[in-house]
Amino acid sequence: MSGSVRRLAEGVRAYRLIAGMWVRSTMAYRASFAMTTFGNFAATFLDFVAIMLMFSRVDALGGYPLPEVAFLYGLSATSFGLADLVIGSMDRLGRRVRDGTLDTLLVRPAPVLAQVAADRFALRRLGRVTQGALVLGWSLTRVDIDWTVDRLLLMPVMVVSGCGIFCAVFVAGAAFQFVAQDASEVQNAFTYGGTTLLQYPPTVFAKELVRGVTFVLPLAFVNWLPATHVLGRPYPLGLPEWTAFTPPLVAVACGVLAGLAWRAGLRSYRSTGS
Amino acid sequence: MSDVITGDDGVARDGVPGDGFIAVERVEKVFEVRRRTGFLRRERHEVRAVDSLSFTVGRGEMVGYIGPNGAGKSTTIKMLTGILTPSAGRLRVAGIDPARERSRLAHRIGVVFGQRTTLWWDLPLIDSYRLAHRMYRIPDARYRENLDRLVELLDLGALLDVPVRQLSLGQRMRGDIAAALLHDPDVLYLDEPTIGLDVVSKARVREFLREVNAERGTTVLLTTHDLQDIEQLCSRVMVIDHGRLVYDGALAGLHEAGESERTLVVDLERELPPVQVPSARVVRVEGPRQWLAFPAGQSAAPVVAHLAARYPLVDLSVREPDIEAVIARMYAEKAVS
Repeated sequence: MSGSVRRLAEGVRAYRLIAGMWVRSTMAYRASFAMTTFGNFAATFLDFVAIMLMFSRVDALGGYPLPEVAFLYGLSATSFGLADLVIGSMDRLGRRVRDGTLDTLLVRPAPVLAQVAADRFALRRLGRVTQGALVLGWSLTRVDIDWTVDRLLLMPVMVVSGCGIFCAVFVAGAAFQFVAQDASEVQNAFTYGGTTLLQYPPTVFAKELVRGVTFVLPLAFVNWLPATHVLGRPYPLGLPEWTAFTPPLVAVACGVLAGLAWRAGLRSYRSTGS
Repeated sequence: MSDVITGDDGVARDGVPGDGFIAVERVEKVFEVRRRTGFLRRERHEVRAVDSLSFTVGRGEMVGYIGPNGAGKSTTIKMLTGILTPSAGRLRVAGIDPARERSRLAHRIGVVFGQRTTLWWDLPLIDSYRLAHRMYRIPDARYRENLDRLVELLDLGALLDVPVRQLSLGQRMRGDIAAALLHDPDVLYLDEPTIGLDVVSKARVREFLREVNAERGTTVLLTTHDLQDIEQLCSRVMVIDHGRLVYDGALAGLHEAGESERTLVVDLERELPPVQVPSARVVRVEGPRQWLAFPAGQSAAPVVAHLAARYPLVDLSVREPDIEAVIARMYAEKAVS
């Protein structure tokens, strides 16, 4: 156990060192940094404007009024934005495998996962997190929630677990790129696609899809399940109430599975070379 | 092992037991290659990149590791650096199993990939060194001492504050070599360290490598296509082809084994019939210019002296044999005998 704790500490240390270097690299082009951060914010902002435009025509989506959809949107965008900020560049792994630059990471005395996670660390992604947090904040002033202790506690737990679940998806996707180097689009479908899906109420989707993101790829635990509890609405699949509190467990389980996938991927790379 | 051609000093080295700082014993690396044969059908077949490879390198040795493209050179280096896991056999570098203890090994080795820089493109050169300082946990005093020495030897003083993207290829290579040596590695792997460099930069890099090897006793293993790298740096050369070691010994012996020839290009004052020189023969005549071939193991001086005494010379130049040609010829020899 102490061995794995030490490895984790090593990884975090290497991550911080490398991420710091990327931040300094970005700061070599300050104007570009300012513009891309704003661009990042603006692009995601327009994303929400589209939803608001929709509500100029309808009063509710799947039975959810605008503030509640904004609540779901804000939670999903914040969780995903954090994960994207922390390890969003992992989808570049395939390229590193293809051009052989992964090898330069393997000869350094630091865990490869940490090095790949910190690769091209980009502070401009704060734009997305900011936008998500603003939408979440706005929705909280508008939704009518009966705040109990458990609902209040669930808020930060939800954001952190959601970030953890998305991180696991990023890592698993990167692991898959050891085998299929051009699979970054597949990964994007689950990450960027996943967060877009979660921005809408589960009630607008077909049962099969809801089942899929609940039991197969458990993205529903990012916001749908806990948020329906906070909003006092039933979850479409009729799951028991306590499942709203399982996101931390789901995040840990996903993390373990993603970690195993990563190890298998790296092992296969080291035995085949490409 | 029996079909390895060994040079004169090969026997003596094998006689020193237990000095295998780098020890490779019957190492194999088999890749499974899948080839598309139809829309979804794939054919699998095995490629033996390294086949029962054995050698040892003593501490402080400087060895050239050469072979044609696809011979298994970089696969060997990747196994020695812990990037790849061997399929079979035993491998030790400084007593460490590279595949199993990749991180621990990383502290003991320095790697320079000739065509891929590990320096930070947009940041001043010194920033890459500061990262190494912290990532390798080099003690402060040690780091400063090593940095000062490397900056002096590689003439990097004026470049430390320059963003890497603004450095020339030669400057960047020097920068990369310094980065690989900051943590005092026992073994230095160099993959094509002089590729694409101009003559002055090549000379500087070679001189530096000689010094590091002499002063620090750093074991150096270098792969190259440039025979002059080997000639000027390595007392020993290993040739690999088709995943097997086909030669291990001194460079001179390699020339003998490959019967390679150097070429002397002679510009005469006017057109003349082919010149007559003992131990060299004219292979081509084009106006006043003639090409003479002579054994690579032999000095050019007597040939030049002989020519200068008897013919009106305008200019001379010597062309080194191409390593690929040497190996190809060696192979042809082996196949015949």
